[in-house]
Amino acid sequence: MNRVILAALLSHWWRNPLQLFTLLAGLALGTALWSGVQAINAEARASYDAAAGALGEGNLAQITALPGGVIAQQTYVALRRAGWNVSPVIEGKLGAVRLIGIEPLTAPRGTGPGPLPDGADLGAFLSGNGQVFARAETLARLPDTGAEPVVTPEIAPNTAITDIGLAQRLLNRPDQIDRLLVLPDQPLTRRPLAEVAPDLVETAPQGGSDVARLTDSFHLNLTAFGLLSFAVGLFIVHGAIGLAFEQRRTMVRTLRALGAPLRRLIGLMALELAALALVAGLLGVALGYLVAAALLPDVAATLRGLYGAEVSGQLALRPVWWLSGLAMALAGTAVAGGGALWALVRMPLLASAQPRAWAMARHQRGQALLALALLCVAAALALWGQGLRAGFAMLGALLIGGALALPPLLAGLLRRAEARAQAPLAQWFWADTRQQLPGLALALMALLLAMAANVGVSTMVSSFRLTFTGFLDQRLASELYVSATDPAQARAIVAVAEGQAQAVLPIVLVERTVAGLPAEVFGARDHATYRENWRFLQAIPDVWDALARAEGVLINEQLSRRAGLGLDDTVEIAPGLALPVLGIYGDYGNPVGQVIVTEALFQRAFPQVTPLRFGLRLDPAQVGAMQAALRDRAGVPDTAMIDQAAIKALSLAVFERTFTVTAALNVLTLAVAGFALLMSLLTLAAMRLPQLAPVWALGVSRRRLAALDLARAVVLAALTGVLALPLGLALAWALLAVVNVEAFGWRLPMYLFPGDYLRLGGLALLAAALAALWPAWQLSRMPPARLLGVFRHER
Amino acid sequence: MNARLLILLLWLPVQALAQGFAGLGSEDDSFARPSRDTVLQFPADHGAHPAFRIEWWYLTANLTGPDGTPYGLQWTLFRSALAPGDGPGWASPQLWMGHAAVTTPQAHFVAERLARGGIGQAGVTATPFAAWIDDWQMAGPDFDTLRLAASGPDFAYDVALVATGPLVLHGQQGYSVKSAAGQASHYYSQPFYQVSGSLTLPEGPVAVTGTAWLDREWSSQPLAQDQRGWDWFSLSFDSGDKLMGFVLRGERNFTAATWITADGQTTAYPDGAFAAEPLARQTVSGREVPVEWRVRLPGRGIDVTVKALNPQAWMATSVPYWEGPVTISGSSGGVGYLEMTGYD
Repeated sequence: MNRVILAALLSHWWRNPLQLFTLLAGLALGTALWSGVQAINAEARASYDAAAGALGEGNLAQITALPGGVIAQQTYVALRRAGWNVSPVIEGKLGAVRLIGIEPLTAPRGTGPGPLPDGADLGAFLSGNGQVFARAETLARLPDTGAEPVVTPEIAPNTAITDIGLAQRLLNRPDQIDRLLVLPDQPLTRRPLAEVAPDLVETAPQGGSDVARLTDSFHLNLTAFGLLSFAVGLFIVHGAIGLAFEQRRTMVRTLRALGAPLRRLIGLMALELAALALVAGLLGVALGYLVAAALLPDVAATLRGLYGAEVSGQLALRPVWWLSGLAMALAGTAVAGGGALWALVRMPLLASAQPRAWAMARHQRGQALLALALLCVAAALALWGQGLRAGFAMLGALLIGGALALPPLLAGLLRRAEARAQAPLAQWFWADTRQQLPGLALALMALLLAMAANVGVSTMVSSFRLTFTGFLDQRLASELYVSATDPAQARAIVAVAEGQAQAVLPIVLVERTVAGLPAEVFGARDHATYRENWRFLQAIPDVWDALARAEGVLINEQLSRRAGLGLDDTVEIAPGLALPVLGIYGDYGNPVGQVIVTEALFQRAFPQVTPLRFGLRLDPAQVGAMQAALRDRAGVPDTAMIDQAAIKALSLAVFERTFTVTAALNVLTLAVAGFALLMSLLTLAAMRLPQLAPVWALGVSRRRLAALDLARAVVLAALTGVLALPLGLALAWALLAVVNVEAFGWRLPMYLFPGDYLRLGGLALLAAALAALWPAWQLSRMPPARLLGVFRHER
Repeated sequence: MNARLLILLLWLPVQALAQGFAGLGSEDDSFARPSRDTVLQFPADHGAHPAFRIEWWYLTANLTGPDGTPYGLQWTLFRSALAPGDGPGWASPQLWMGHAAVTTPQAHFVAERLARGGIGQAGVTATPFAAWIDDWQMAGPDFDTLRLAASGPDFAYDVALVATGPLVLHGQQGYSVKSAAGQASHYYSQPFYQVSGSLTLPEGPVAVTGTAWLDREWSSQPLAQDQRGWDWFSLSFDSGDKLMGFVLRGERNFTAATWITADGQTTAYPDGAFAAEPLARQTVSGREVPVEWRVRLPGRGIDVTVKALNPQAWMATSVPYWEGPVTISGSSGGVGYLEMTGYD
């Protein structure tokens, strides 16, 4: 019996291949975007974990020299001999590759994909020419070291690991160590650090890698977009399944009348759906792999540019994301199909089995109330919510609430238009449009979400770009930036530049923990360059004079928001040196906090640190000559000099890339929504004949009817677009004022871009018109016999 | 104390760190080999022999607290070479491993240290004598007067050692045969240390006194392929006499022993003279380990029962084994140390 029932069920898809295609395509597209995003996130996380594992970041305390210094190897031995269970690490660049030297006998074990993979041969690692562990692509970039290369996929991208002895030799830094990892197990008796090595400091474990925390918001962003796409895909699936099940009501009744038990029927239908979901899920995962592989290089470039996080540009097939993609496809189908199955369960055997798709939805009031409740939740979260997750919850409530509110709002608008209409045909047009609303609602909701997301994200991106460009003009005031490799070269640079440049501004910084957060402390020379160009978000009067008198510090917005520091609050920048905040400045694009003090104060606090980078103020026409002079007389290679224009272009390029990914996802989402609209219109077209035939019989030509259908799609898209604008602007506000502040620590002013919105509206209308074109064309060419047939087969 | 590490190395765990101490499954001709003709020279031979593949300074002590509570103490420094000789800085092929333990009737505390040679983190010098790894040390003006210290996450000790008898050479003038096939090592002991000092335990410091036994051994040769494990006894009888004896468990067991009189006179016993058989076993760290033995040396009228002070004296180090203090009853009374390896 199972075979007969299944054959009957499947025959429906044979007769309606378009529905089958819609169902599979919708689910596959949704799954593709979701699993694509998940694949990117999984790849990035794996890279962070590998990096953190190799470096002992996050879960281990570390000992470092005071800023600017290194640890002598003898100090390491002295600490070991004083009872400190520590392991040395040296780190540097070999070519473009980050080379990490570890000491395998003392290195911590069991911390993730550790320094030495299983199966490593300690003897080979330590003796002869040694070994270098890295990914294959990293090994290919590595200059010849003489050591045996060992391909190790677990190691972080662009990182090579070798023995500390070999690393010291390759980096030409004999007897030097950069930091000591403090292992969790320490002996009972141990001499205090201050006694053994007074110039070293111990910092507590960071609790999770810095990079992972910094990039968390970026990945959450991607996930949110993946979910949005999946939701749009689900709208399509829900529509397709709903339609198919409506059309199969008669078949179900017949099968039951023939003796097929309801339970078995439902079971087989569920099985059928699960099989379809699995097929679509597999397709979606495969598509997702392609999406991720296409986007990953951009994402990797963004993460490197924005956070300095190394992410592999190569995608691995990780179970975590393809399994989650399949699970999402199955769960989505269950959600989309559950209601339809339940309706069949409750269908009385003898009730009319007519399709009910055209009955006006009775639950519109309930939907409106739910929408209102969600919008209230969104408002409440906007007012009182805390943290990034609350921000995203707010976005979710806003978008779903907005989408749910669409059908009741559209119905209201159409009712009003219908009341105003005078001519009978106009009245019929509005009434018929309203009649079709339930069938099109899901597609229109998808369109609304896609448009709102587009408006919101493009507003954020464009606002960001405007603000950031202005900010770069302020901040990158020097015409030429030069880096020295050592203090001797720095002195040579100053000697060459002082004669020719209008000003030589040293850029000197140390990385420190300020107010419990990772931050950079800068020393700034008192110079007109800063006074003229810098703009403050908040500042005391005559802030530059106060700063020059060393009465306080300037901090960036990120630090101010994260540490809750306002004007006049004190900040400790070095042990025993705490100063009040004089001003807070915008610092877009910088992931960490920043503190600026005067040059003199900086030298007092960090005497070991000498400036190795300089900003040179000079006539822009002189930049080339200055570069030549520095190259010839101070031995500065071209790679160590960068002019203002280049640095601006570089910074802007980083930010362009940041949003390439978002923009690509945006376009995909809009495409999915357009597809949903096309599919809905196509499936509805055939079913609307009973509504159209009488109008045709009353004398309205087929061509006219087709034109009206086209107009209807455009009108509905236009109304949706009008409603999408406020929703999109609300989304933009949420992104700029809530999510950005939580994620990056800065708040951007919101600018409006009416031209962009108009263009987007035009695109949406075009998409709707294109989607309606084919069904309308079919209608205009429909043989009159089919229209007449409606009366003959009067149901 | 004998080829114990060589044996341990046959059951190496896969971890990378143990691998430095591996590679002993095969002979390597570049290392020096023990010779029957070598005459040991002191104090020079107290120091390291980097031409040989493996070497150790192995001290165990039976101690007593003020209230009569018995304690055991272990301090061991192993040297293992990836290649013979030495090199500057990190290039040195010498690797070092330290094990320290304190055993009480109720508890057993263990710590392990690993270090590279060449940078000063670990090493041994003969005059003045110093053996160290990290903050652990056994050092003094000469081999007869030493200070011994070590610490782990939950224990520490700091004791003074004073030798009250001569050095003891095992086998043939310190040339000790380890199998019927002729594998051998250089092996001598100082079993006459008097100990005083203090242990630091979770309950607080404890003043202790007692006796200690130091073993020195170096070799380059692996054991026979069939030898699977090792039971080693160092026993100090109430009479002042001492007995070192071991059983190498293989297809055919190989035994050897040295009888040491109270004034340091030695008698070496060949294979088969010494016998040890398990009387009782206990589950220790997931495996069955004999914790009570019948030990016999008929040539000296010795037939005693040797019982672990704490059966759970498991050394959960990167190369795991059982090592702990024992008490002796039967034909003579006394205390001693027992080491057992190869119980998987």
